[in-house]
Amino acid sequence: MATEAGPAIDPIHQFALKPVVSILVGGHDVSLTNSGLFMLLAVALTCLLVAIGARGDSGVPGRLQAMAEMAYEFIAGMVRSAAGESGMRFFPLVFAIFFFVLVTNLLGFFPYTFSVTSQIIITAALALMVFLTVIVVGVKEHGLHFFKLFVPAGVPIYILPLVVAIEIISFLSRPVSHSVRLFANMLAGHITLNVFGAFVVMLLGASAAVKALAVLPFVMTIGLEALELLVAFLQAYVFAMLTCMYLNDALHPGH
Amino acid sequence: MEPHELAIAAKYIGAGLAAIGTGAAGIGVGTLFGQFLNGALRNPSAVEGQFGRLIFGFAVTEALGIFALLIAFLLLFAV
Repeated sequence: MATEAGPAIDPIHQFALKPVVSILVGGHDVSLTNSGLFMLLAVALTCLLVAIGARGDSGVPGRLQAMAEMAYEFIAGMVRSAAGESGMRFFPLVFAIFFFVLVTNLLGFFPYTFSVTSQIIITAALALMVFLTVIVVGVKEHGLHFFKLFVPAGVPIYILPLVVAIEIISFLSRPVSHSVRLFANMLAGHITLNVFGAFVVMLLGASAAVKALAVLPFVMTIGLEALELLVAFLQAYVFAMLTCMYLNDALHPGH
Repeated sequence: MEPHELAIAAKYIGAGLAAIGTGAAGIGVGTLFGQFLNGALRNPSAVEGQFGRLIFGFAVTEALGIFALLIAFLLLFAV
């Protein structure tokens, strides 16, 4: 592509891992990367919100306390509606997952920050954690009865093997779709923003007559930013919601 | 055409083909909101309770379009 003029668009570069603090232990690179830094930041921000919100030393709830209470009510309502009252013992897990995903999604919006959830390894780790929790809790609570999950009631015996095979495949593909959904949404969103941002830069670098056209991709970028804000919240909600639904399978197998 | 040029052409054609998937997801999202509005206008009192399901369905449908977009982006920038 030697004929291409102007700065080349390189939207993948923003996802590169860079060490912030280089640490080497026994020849292994265990550096604190920008990914790790923003994960720690997300955890710190969430803990701060909840710690200040739950202090409750003033009679009248302040803004932060109202926010923390709303967050609690929101997640508690979600867990109750999807996994029932017995699902409430997984409330801390769902709360932590929701806020980790939400805060890392939102942190990625600021320029020069790093979007942790656009790394497949992070979302895969979260999804696998949920997947293994479902299996361990399901087997522990219900024993072999848990595997009734794969045998829907009221299916004629002659198509049962096919249905069971489909159910097992769909169960095993859960962590894949669970992780790729969040990862792909965040990755595609950030690439789109970057591409439109690069259009602005490229048009500004062109001749004076074309410069005015830079307004168009700029307006588009603002619109996309609003959409991405919705997506950031929505994907955190969907991730937590699916976690609740999967936990519901562990608590109440056999539909 | 050189084999190298052919590969680049195939890359861009592939990205374009992958982008068709986003349109298909658009049909899905349109159906979703259209049907929701259809039901909501018949029974407005049920809207509040079903909003979460609407958003859930939207996210799941839209994610498929995003997958297609992701493939297009990977072909354009990462291959």
